[in-house]
This record gives sequence, C-alpha cells and structure tokens, in this order.
Amino acid sequence: MGGILSIQNIRKGVNQCMSERTFVGGIHPSYSKEYTAGIPITSARPPSQVIIPLHQNIGAPCEPVVEVGDEVKLGQKIGEPKGFVSAPVFASVSGKVTKIEPYNHPLGNPVEAVFIESDGQDTPFEGMEPTKPLEQLTVDELKTIAKEAGLVGLGGATFPTHVKLAPPPETSIDTVIINGAECEPFLTADHRLMLEYADDIVYGLMAFMKALGAKKGIIGIEDNKPDALQSMEKAVSEGKGEYDIEVHALHTKYPQGAEKMLIKATTGREVPTGALPMAVNVVNQNVGTAVAMTEAIKLGKPLYERVVTITGPGISQPANLMVRNGTLISDIIEQCGGMTDDARKLILGGPMMGLAQPSTDVPAIKGTSGVLILTEEFVEELPIDPCIKCGKCLEGCPMNLPANFIGSASEMGKMDLAERYGAMDCFECGCCTYTCPAKRPLVQWIKIAKGEITASRKK
Amino acid sequence: MDLIQPLALVGGLGLIFGSLLAFAARRFAVEEDARVETICDLLPNANCGACGFPGCISFAEKVVSGEASVDSCIPGGKETTDNVCEVLGVEPTGVDAKKVAEVYCLGTKDVAHDKFEYHGVQECKAALTFGGGFKACSYGCLGLGDCVRACPFDAIHMADNGLPVVDLELCNGCGNCVKACPRDLIRIVDAERIGKYVPCSSKDRGKATREACEVGCIGDGKCAKVCPQEAITVENWLATIDSEKCDDCGECVPACKREIIKDVPKVPVHH
Repeated sequence: MGGILSIQNIRKGVNQCMSERTFVGGIHPSYSKEYTAGIPITSARPPSQVIIPLHQNIGAPCEPVVEVGDEVKLGQKIGEPKGFVSAPVFASVSGKVTKIEPYNHPLGNPVEAVFIESDGQDTPFEGMEPTKPLEQLTVDELKTIAKEAGLVGLGGATFPTHVKLAPPPETSIDTVIINGAECEPFLTADHRLMLEYADDIVYGLMAFMKALGAKKGIIGIEDNKPDALQSMEKAVSEGKGEYDIEVHALHTKYPQGAEKMLIKATTGREVPTGALPMAVNVVNQNVGTAVAMTEAIKLGKPLYERVVTITGPGISQPANLMVRNGTLISDIIEQCGGMTDDARKLILGGPMMGLAQPSTDVPAIKGTSGVLILTEEFVEELPIDPCIKCGKCLEGCPMNLPANFIGSASEMGKMDLAERYGAMDCFECGCCTYTCPAKRPLVQWIKIAKGEITASRKK
Repeated sequence: MDLIQPLALVGGLGLIFGSLLAFAARRFAVEEDARVETICDLLPNANCGACGFPGCISFAEKVVSGEASVDSCIPGGKETTDNVCEVLGVEPTGVDAKKVAEVYCLGTKDVAHDKFEYHGVQECKAALTFGGGFKACSYGCLGLGDCVRACPFDAIHMADNGLPVVDLELCNGCGNCVKACPRDLIRIVDAERIGKYVPCSSKDRGKATREACEVGCIGDGKCAKVCPQEAITVENWLATIDSEKCDDCGECVPACKREIIKDVPKVPVHH
C-alpha cells in the first residue's frame, strides 16, 4: 500500500497548488449540457394515469393508506412510511385508485404501486395550506414539515430529508451545504432551478440551517455554470438576512457533486470511512430538496412533482420538465417528440450513475433527475480485457480506493479481500470504469462485492 | 589442500544438523493413523466438498475418527464406499445409487425471449443484480455458466443454444452446480431412475409464461388429468412428476400441447 500512499501525497501536493476548490481524483467526461441548459422549466402534460411506487427512498418502503376504489385528491398522502428512515408518498393527480399491485420500478425489481386514474380536475387536498413564515417556525415544526411533505434527497440518492435534519444529540451541525454542483453530464435540472428558483433555494437553505442550528450555509456550484453562480449570488445577497451564507464556485470535475467530495471542496473536511457527513458537522442538501422544503413551508405542498431533464442525442425535443410523481417515462418521451430512429439506450439519471432501463414503461419517482436517451453511437459493447495494471483507476478514484484490486478480488469471488481493500467505501461514481483502458466493468464487480459483504455482515 | 577445511566444515555441519533432525523426527513424531492416507488415496480427490468437509483429506480424517458417515462421498459412489469400509474393517453398506445433476429449464436462446440486452459482467449472479436478469422469464436459465465454472469434474458445459448440458458419465452428483445456480434450476437426482419429467421451473401464470418463453410450462394441468398413476401435480402453474409414482407409460406426453414432457436423461452404459 506504500505506493498508493505516496501517489496520494504527490496528488495532495498538486492539489494544494491549485486555487480552485475541489477534491483529489475524479475525471473530466464530456458534459453535454448544451442540449437543455438554455431551456426553461415547463410543466409536463398532466398524466391521465399515474403509477406511484410505494418505495421511493433509501430505507423502508411505505404501506398504502388508500384502497382500490377510493377517490384521492392532489397532494393527498397515499403511502405511510413503515420505519423512521422512510418518507411518505402522495397522489400527484386527483382521481380514483384503480389498482394496488407490483409494477416496474426504476431500480430494477417490481415494487408495490398505487395506480390512480386522473379525473383531470387536479382538486387539491384540503391539508395543503401554507404554514407559518420561517421566523415563527420552531425547530421541531421544521422537522415535522420536512417529514410530512415526504422530502427526500432529490440529487438521486433519495435519502429521507427529515433523518438528515435529526442528528443524534451529541452531534452539532455547524454547516449546511447546498449541492448545486450537478456534476453528472447531460443533467440540467438543478442548473435551471438555480436560475429560476434561486430565492426558494436560499429560503430552503435558511430553513435547513434553522432546523439544524447551523451557523454557516454554503451553496457549492461548479464553475461551468457562471449564470447559476451569478443568480445564486444575487439571491443570497438579497435574501439571506442575518444568516451567514456563501456561494462557492467549484472546479468543474466529476464527481464534484458527491457529498464527500463537495464537503472536501467547500470546507476542507474529510468524512471518515464508513461515516456520514454528520461526523464532520456538515449536512448536505440538494438544490431541488431546498426548493421542495420552501414549497412545503410556503404552500404546504408535499413532494409530488420534481424537475426532470429529458435529454440526450436520442430524444427529438430535449426539455426540462416539471414531472409528476408516477408519470410513465413513455408518456414523457412522447411529449418530447418521441425518440429518434437510432435511439438505443434509456437511462434514468445521468450517464455516470444513472440506471439503464429495460423498458419505457416505468414511472418517474422522487429520485428521477433525468431521462437520458443515447443513440447507437454512444452505446458500444466492448470486450472485457485483463487488467494491465496501468493505475488509471487509482488516479480517477475520488475515494483513493484501489479499484483494480477490489474488482479483481470480486471477480475471483474473494469478497473478504475486496472488503479489506475498502470496497464498502466505494459510492459507485464510475470514474474507475470510465478511465479503464481495458474496459473492465469495475463498478459492477464492486457493487457485487458490496452486496455480498452486506449480506454476510447481516448473517 | 585448501579444500579440506571447508569440506570438513560443511560436512560436519551437515552431520550435526542431520543427527538433530533425525533425533527430532523420532522424539516429536506425530502419531498418525495410516488409514487416513490409505482412504485418501481411494477417494476421487476432486476436493468437491459434496461430503460437507473441506476436501478429501479432511473427509478421510473424519471418516477414520468416526465423525463422518462412510457413504458421505457422493462422487465416489458405491465403489468408494465399499473400499472405505474395507479399510475400516466394517460391513460394506454402499448402495449403488449414482447421483447426477439435472437442469430444469428448456429455455434455449431461440425460444426464451430476452427483456433487454445485457452488456455487463458475464456471470449469472452479476446479471441477476441488474433488473432481475435479462431473460423475460424470471425463473429461466441465464446461460452465463456459473454452474460450468463451479463443476470440479468438468461435467457440465454450456451448449451453443445457451443452456447447460450435463455429461452424465462425468457427473458425480456432488451438487456444486446446484449451489452455484442463482436461480435454483439444477437438482441432484437418482441416475438410474426411469420415467418422465418436466424440465421447467416457471412459476409464472400461463399467460406470462407464454409471453416469456415458447416452451415454458403453463400449468394447464392436462397432463395431470391423463396420468393413470396420478403422479403429476400442478402447483404454481408448474407441473411436477413424482418419479416414485411414474411408471413411464407416456400417456402425458401427447397431452402436453407445449411438448415439454421429456424422458429423464439416461446415463450411457458401456460394456
């Protein structure tokens, strides 16, 4: 391991010379944001039917609180969480519940879902009412608002927000970081939010700071979005009041928006292995989550819609759409003029960490940040070659993990070895696989190892 | 003459260490049951682990110490059991029952449809982590050969049609392929049995099975109705033939519109 340590030291030295805020490692993929960066957010066509999965977050699934035949209203709670680390789900149209049964899910296996046929009226639920202004809300009220609005991390990981707002009593949070890095290629949902909802983002950040008792707020944005930086700077100077909020321009590099990389870039702190950002007194929230928090406070609106970037060379009219939870991707694609003839692959999320889908009959969920359609030219099947020990994956890994060794250990079925090399610290950003000249599916091997290690720990 | 001194020195050292070793060998000798080695030599030495112990030497030790049953060596069969009994001086108890692996899927590439193209790690276990596998049938063989890699006897191979084929002569029924198959499609069966079987594992409803595979069992129960022995049961839209009751009359074969009731594979006989 001495070799790795020395590489690390050299790279640390190099990093210190650079004035821009960033982290060690990472890659520079083609960002391809030009498809949608300049297109304002518009509302998607109201769907005639929505299929809302009852499991849309990291943690426990929900139990349905409606029955087949029930009339539901827009924003009415239809799924109640089964555990603490979970978030409720809401009707995104008003209408009638027609079925409750398993349906395709973006994460792979079918999940219990509530089918609602829209009556086209969008009758709002009576419970959706503005709460008090931020100054009058107590810490507990803020936490309850986040929980009852079903907020989860909208960057894609869908970690329930109220859990992040409830750190253990011995942990004090001094900084809240709003993630506006949007380092995933192609996606522009967060970028558009920063341009169009800048005030709401600042308001949401202040709500998070108040809920956590944090003194400092930071909004981190990659420097390839100068307009977003400008817009956020303006909103902060106008709206921050007595709060201490800064906007940080970050070096444009993937995965700058990963929480540990963002914390390193903005505060210089390093999250210890296996720990959460709370361990270094920081909480991260996505810009989308901040907007959702603001809407929950100001309008009493629960999380039943979000901005989704529909993009890629395979879609006729790329767009940034406000999509309701449970809208079928096929419906969204149709609204965007359909797919081009050479469309080949559908990914929900970005190309680096998004999930390829076997079918377009899959509902948009809280974590759906993008619908990416790639063409023939972008989808290549290449043979997997043996590792040539070039070390490119070591340079690319933002976590300083030996991806080559972990991958090989997993390939050989030696999961104990993979664990010793630090497989569990991998957050699957895909830099290793991206840089590997032998086209080795390192992330997939590491994922398999993580799955088996987790299973063996549970035993 | 300069040679004498070093020669004497090295020779002398050799003598001293040699005598030390000879002394140590006698003084600290480990008493070992000679039968362990004899039995180990009689075993197939494939270290397949079917007996439940890590390797043949370990099994030999356990059988000598009485912790393992004499007939635990599945690949060795009756012959090995009898030999082990002879060494241990006990009455031979081996029953001649060769076991083999049987694959319960008929979904070759041309008849079992794919849901999507899969470009990842070419292992069944890995493919299953993505969207529940690329086969439209959620029970069928993925054909990426986890069973093939697990076989210590080189008795299972992937055919060009995408299904594994068991070489019944080489297969000893050790069961490593059974453990390796993430879809539980392989069973260890009595090699000598006769009769029919339904090589399908789909527990989907008839309609779903029809959509996914041209040869999957749809569980319409027509075979069960015609069986004079009442050997066929249909559960979860899947017909199963009880080999104890089946007398190989063949009534069920024409009753099956899917044409998937097959003769159980026979081990080739050499004279």
